[in-house]
Amino acid sequence: MYSHGSESLIKQAREIQEPELQKFYSRLCKLLQVKELSHEAVDSLGRLHLILAANKYTRMLPSELEQRLVSLLSSPAEQFQVLSSAVLRETLPLSGQELNYSPENACLLNSHYASLLLSQAGTRADLSSLCAQLIRSLESRPCEGLTHTLPVLNTILSHSPECLTEDHMTLLSKKLVDWLRYASIIQGGGAASSGGFFTVSRSRQPVPTAELDGTVSGDFFTVLCVGQGFTEDQWMNVYSFSMLRHWLLTYHSVSSGNAATDTDDRSEVDGSVVSIVSATSSSSRLLPPKERLREKAFQYCQRLIEQCDRKAHKKMDTELQRACLVEAVCVLDCVCVEDPSLVYRAFPCIKALFGRLNSELSFARILLPIAQFYLNHGELAAVDCDSVWKLVFGRFPAELFNDPFLAHELLRFLRLNLESVQLRAPQYTRFFPNLLKFLAWDSPAVVDDFVDLLPSLVTAGTAVELLHTLLDLPCLSATLVLQLRSTCLPISEPGGRGLLSLDAFRNPSYRGLFLFLLRAEAGSGDTIERLGRLHKLLAEAADWPRVVRCAQTVPVLLHIYFNSVVAVADEKLLAHLILVMLERSSLLLNIPTYSKEIHRVFSCHLLRLCKLHPSLVVDQSHELLEIAGTTANVYSKEEIYTHVVWVLGEYLSASSDSRCSVRLITSCFEALEAVLFEITSSAPPPGAVCPAPKVITSLMSALAKLASRSHDLIPRVSLFLSKLRTVTRGGSVVWCSDEEDLAAIVTRGEELWSLLKAPGVAQSALTPPPHVTTARWHRDTNVAMPLQLRLLTSLTHSR
Amino acid sequence: MVRCFLIHTVCPVGALSAGETRVLYSRVFGPDEALLSERHRERSPEERRLLQKEKILVVARKVLSAISLSREASGRLLIEHAPGEEALVSQDADSGVVRLRSGHPFSEEMSALWLGVQSLGFSLVCEPHENLLLAEGTLRNLTRHCLEELHMLGQGSEVLLKSSRIDVLLSRLLPHGQLLFLNHRFAQSLEKEVAAYMAK
Repeated sequence: MYSHGSESLIKQAREIQEPELQKFYSRLCKLLQVKELSHEAVDSLGRLHLILAANKYTRMLPSELEQRLVSLLSSPAEQFQVLSSAVLRETLPLSGQELNYSPENACLLNSHYASLLLSQAGTRADLSSLCAQLIRSLESRPCEGLTHTLPVLNTILSHSPECLTEDHMTLLSKKLVDWLRYASIIQGGGAASSGGFFTVSRSRQPVPTAELDGTVSGDFFTVLCVGQGFTEDQWMNVYSFSMLRHWLLTYHSVSSGNAATDTDDRSEVDGSVVSIVSATSSSSRLLPPKERLREKAFQYCQRLIEQCDRKAHKKMDTELQRACLVEAVCVLDCVCVEDPSLVYRAFPCIKALFGRLNSELSFARILLPIAQFYLNHGELAAVDCDSVWKLVFGRFPAELFNDPFLAHELLRFLRLNLESVQLRAPQYTRFFPNLLKFLAWDSPAVVDDFVDLLPSLVTAGTAVELLHTLLDLPCLSATLVLQLRSTCLPISEPGGRGLLSLDAFRNPSYRGLFLFLLRAEAGSGDTIERLGRLHKLLAEAADWPRVVRCAQTVPVLLHIYFNSVVAVADEKLLAHLILVMLERSSLLLNIPTYSKEIHRVFSCHLLRLCKLHPSLVVDQSHELLEIAGTTANVYSKEEIYTHVVWVLGEYLSASSDSRCSVRLITSCFEALEAVLFEITSSAPPPGAVCPAPKVITSLMSALAKLASRSHDLIPRVSLFLSKLRTVTRGGSVVWCSDEEDLAAIVTRGEELWSLLKAPGVAQSALTPPPHVTTARWHRDTNVAMPLQLRLLTSLTHSR
Repeated sequence: MVRCFLIHTVCPVGALSAGETRVLYSRVFGPDEALLSERHRERSPEERRLLQKEKILVVARKVLSAISLSREASGRLLIEHAPGEEALVSQDADSGVVRLRSGHPFSEEMSALWLGVQSLGFSLVCEPHENLLLAEGTLRNLTRHCLEELHMLGQGSEVLLKSSRIDVLLSRLLPHGQLLFLNHRFAQSLEKEVAAYMAK
């Protein structure tokens, strides 16, 4: 598809030299001077376009060439309109004069000319004048080929809605009503004279349009009506409906102040009368243009929904019916937001649609806008929405996690309506196991959405289970892969490579494990007992791309999780979370670097939590000591070990928590001392590397801190530190491979040793009272050291 | 509305590093959004054009990344299709959607729908509140037409030299970025017009 030839073409286009280029320009100019433009001219224009487009930097065209191109914009041959428009779009904007453009040339503005004007619009005023011109052209009898007018107007609206004046809006509303509701229901001019299939019948019998299933249309024309040919207003019907939602969203939003001015203009229609009238569809002629459009839009959508019940003959039309259902529901939602009295008319229709579609998963994408409707208006209509949420949160993620479009739309629905959902369907937080299936299946595509959504899923009730679920997300990922494979592949693959994990998945004795991972709702338990077993069964999944990508997103999500949980958790819950962290640090799926990354996140947040609530350390001292007292942990989870030791040293004191006894300090001391002795007297076990200096210095510092709180421990530390100095004087040691590292360790040892020689100083240095750690230097006059220093300095300098 | 339509490479290209892509066709609809933003209004037209090209490249790179990851995860083998199988290819193609956060690169949040057809990616960047079902159908249809009209399943470079054909296609099926609700009759009528143009 993309060949070497294409690559070299682009290179040539970029690297063409100036002289060659000028020759090309003049040749092209000559070719364009001829009345009947040749094939060569067309080809050259194509090449010119490539030369201009291939470059990021703009090239200047000679003015003569530019002029020729401008004149081609109004050429009767579309080929030249297209080419000149494409070329000129790649150059710098031309002024109105250069473009020979004046607002009077309404009918001469073909689609390609218009797109050039749009892309080169320099100011809002340019857009406004283009807008005004197009609307004027709609007012007069439409010339042929003005169907592009509505799209051009629509694109101006996207960028600059204020380009339309009140009058314009009124005019366009009236036109839209005409096209949407009153388009011809007779088949277009083509029908009587299309020739082809039709026998030469001279009868000019008007043939009515047909529905998609072949029956004759019984009501007004819509996009779901077919005919052999179409009239101009039927085309405008299609273009009008295509832009209807955007129009309503732009000009009919409740916050726009236009509603008041409209009723002022139509003084014969009282404000209260308007809402009564819209409740009955008959006398809509009395309504002002805006309200009339709303009413007609309503009728159009209702008709579409009916038409979608018919079975279309062609696949393309079936797909169109689905798109129309989505659009119709969205438009109904729009108009009901604007005029809530319409809800009573709309709801029966929407409810019936829900009833028809909710059993088929293939209609899932249509059910999302229906859910949006229920969310916005369900309360007003006093309708029970439970079945809707059960479907959206309970069924869709579980069975359609691998549909990228559904995932995108469902998560976007949640994101955009988060406040509303939290209010009206707060139970959605319980469905996080289901929602996380989207992430487990295709992390790169949806991780961005979860960065936004995860904080709202963190609640005090589900925090622990959520943490376990996040840690086992790669397992969920693997399970989803197995689930799909299991349904696709036959029970026994003849000669195929049997997956051990697939066998395990199908094995009844492991059913419970996998069913737990695949659960839809939280609340049936934080995690499973046989987690280690599960990890072993899924060991071969560790290099599956989906699982690897999923594992890469977990650290980020954990950071978000911990940042959110501190806001909702009390100390008891935080203590529980610390336990989970410690427990799970050795219970993770064995993917390369996964454990390390998770340990890093855990360490960071262990520190944060203990800093916020220092009494947690005393509270969980038993479990923390278990970790800190096991030498094997130094080698298997160095990062966590270091941080556990550090928090023990820092916060195991009576000033953090009055429950901290001397006995506790002593037992902690002894546990750490034992480990320090062990790792500094022997080589690391086979297969492990020497512990990083940070581990050893943390242990030493922790011991010193603990000793400073219980002074009879000081001699023991000092003895160890002096022994350490002696041993290391001998040269290298088996437990430290680097000379510089060893020097750093020894230096730290010496510092601590000298500090401990004065117990009182050691205590205030290593266990500072709170007012020192939460410094208020600038606020506290007594301790404002910098102020004092500055004062002294200025005194000494003034001499 | 659709903000832009792109065709770009998703295979490794010799002169480029991994993660870089060559944009073969790009069409931005409507006025330049930089014009109407406070920050960029002061820039010269040249700078604005450059900014727009850079934005397109950002989208292309994100789509490239999405397609590569999707293909890696699904493990599907890429089959070489011969000319004549365009309809099958566009139905069967990998597809997905990328969320473009506001500011990255457009000022509003957008959704970039993509189709991965062998070594090329076809992307449609849609504004929020756009009907993505309709957009998906339109993208598949456009892709099929592009493959057919420009013989893209072969070795040629027509996509570069005959990009005006895509312009005409877009002017009928996606005029100025407007997605259209076309039943098979309306679509046939427009396709006849396109075919008539291509025949010249």
